[in-house]
Amino acid sequence: MAGSPVQVTGTVLTTRRVDAYHALTVVAPGIADRYRPGHFVTVAVGGPTTSMLTRRAFAIHDVKPDYGGTVELVFTVRGAGTAWLADLRARDTLDLVGPLGRPFPLPRDPCTCVLVGGEYGSASLFSLGDALQQRGCRIDFVLGAAGADRVFGALRARRMGETTTLTTEDGSLGMRGRVTDVLPGVIADARADVVYACGPMDMLRGVTAVAAEFDIPVQVAVEERMACGIGVCMTCVVPVIGDDGVTRMVRACTDGPVFRGERVRFDDVGTIPFDALGAPGGRHA
Amino acid sequence: MTASGCGGTGRELAQFYDVMRLGAFVTRSITMAPRAGRPTPRMAETPSGLLNAVGLQGPGVDAFLEQELPWLAERGARTVVSIGGGTVAEYTALARRLADAPGVAAVEINLSCPNVEDRGRVFARDGSAAAEVVASVRAATRYDVPVIAKLSPDVADIVAVARSCVDGGADALAMINTPVGMSIDVDTMRPSLAAGTGGLSGPAVRPLAVRCVWQVHAALPGVPIVGMGGVTTGRDALELILAGACAVAVGTALFHDPYACPRILRELEELLQERGFDRLADAVGLAHRPPGSAPRNRTDLEESSL
Repeated sequence: MAGSPVQVTGTVLTTRRVDAYHALTVVAPGIADRYRPGHFVTVAVGGPTTSMLTRRAFAIHDVKPDYGGTVELVFTVRGAGTAWLADLRARDTLDLVGPLGRPFPLPRDPCTCVLVGGEYGSASLFSLGDALQQRGCRIDFVLGAAGADRVFGALRARRMGETTTLTTEDGSLGMRGRVTDVLPGVIADARADVVYACGPMDMLRGVTAVAAEFDIPVQVAVEERMACGIGVCMTCVVPVIGDDGVTRMVRACTDGPVFRGERVRFDDVGTIPFDALGAPGGRHA
Repeated sequence: MTASGCGGTGRELAQFYDVMRLGAFVTRSITMAPRAGRPTPRMAETPSGLLNAVGLQGPGVDAFLEQELPWLAERGARTVVSIGGGTVAEYTALARRLADAPGVAAVEINLSCPNVEDRGRVFARDGSAAAEVVASVRAATRYDVPVIAKLSPDVADIVAVARSCVDGGADALAMINTPVGMSIDVDTMRPSLAAGTGGLSGPAVRPLAVRCVWQVHAALPGVPIVGMGGVTTGRDALELILAGACAVAVGTALFHDPYACPRILRELEELLQERGFDRLADAVGLAHRPPGSAPRNRTDLEESSL
């Protein structure tokens, strides 16, 4: 469980466009203090009389100490809720709950880490990179997306990482292809000890498979649809193998969003695996 | 109080405030065996509503009694345990398991479960099946633990089902469970939920809840009703109380605002105070008074045995 999340009414400090994405900086002191890389926040959209009942969950991109603490969210407009968020202006208020979820575990000793981000999933990797570097880790970035304008944070990655490899599916930036095409080379060159990944589910599946080939641990942050973000609605479940070897439908919000990649049954996401605990017609423990 | 299935195990809400502050904590429906629930997507947002098909995911009664109930009891939460089953025997067995457990303030019967013995028709749609469940649970539950029957609005005559449940021994009624709805994603041209259909909740169903509470209270004025369905503010809660509910549960609002319960309670207290009520009981079912008559006073209330 993530320390203790708080609900705050934050004031929007700045809004900006970053390539194909929107970035929103909100003054939210209680959340900024408690933040660890990998945490996320949920926001209520549509104002006080909204007809949109579910909260929208976003990874925290950046936390700064200004004005008592600010958090920055990166998102893309997908529907009415995110369109409302994109229309917010400075000094508007926003209802946030956070920080939520289990953050990225950090290695005890300095090691070499490859950070893999797909689309705007890379937003949560930079604060992780900072934390890793403070512990003396070497970090290498692999960022990918469909096109150049959808690769988030390439500049910052170049500044921070020992190496940065970019991929786009249309070849408009970096190498043509997917992150999983270049990842084996990056892991081999850097002699990486661990992989951190955040992005769409099929990318995480690919990254986990690559890490498994190299027999190194991989930590993935999943992006699953949520209604509440605090663990009460039970809608964001993914099949994950527990320490006892039993697959359970666990909540991405409170048990995740960060999981050990090899524990997530990516092929079974969106189904109830027949051998999961309590699966229909399955073995009842 | 919280509505069943909307407050998790209680631990999630306890991160924000003490669960003892809740009027009651209603658990998600507990089943005999662990259940993995339905595949994702389990949730779809609709205008002022939420469709869900979680499928009673839960650890089963053993794990519940071992881990969840003692925690709630320790925190001093008044716990209403919701139970769900596929057969009358399963409900009865659950009630028996709960009978020895300390810290059960009441048992709520989720009657919106498919009846395995009746081609999957939900119990709540059939007055006699519902009454059978209520009677056997009542018989298996300790005399000082009230049994609440939770009704579905998806019936031709909710008053008839309500009456059957009361005849079967229900001490109180809870309404409404979610009506079944559906939404289709026009981009993928497939149902939005993996399960196809799901229960609709949120302010979209509040008028339905008010109607159900109103009808049942009019027919059975002596039966306590727990009203629920789209309550997000104190005004919404007061609406259900005026229709005849003597307690109000908050469900979907918890997803939007973890502090919904204490906030709604505070708003309700203010509203009652503004209207000159000393206690909530004076407002219960007040909308039923004939037009033009003065608000009931306490003498009237005693007569109605509320």
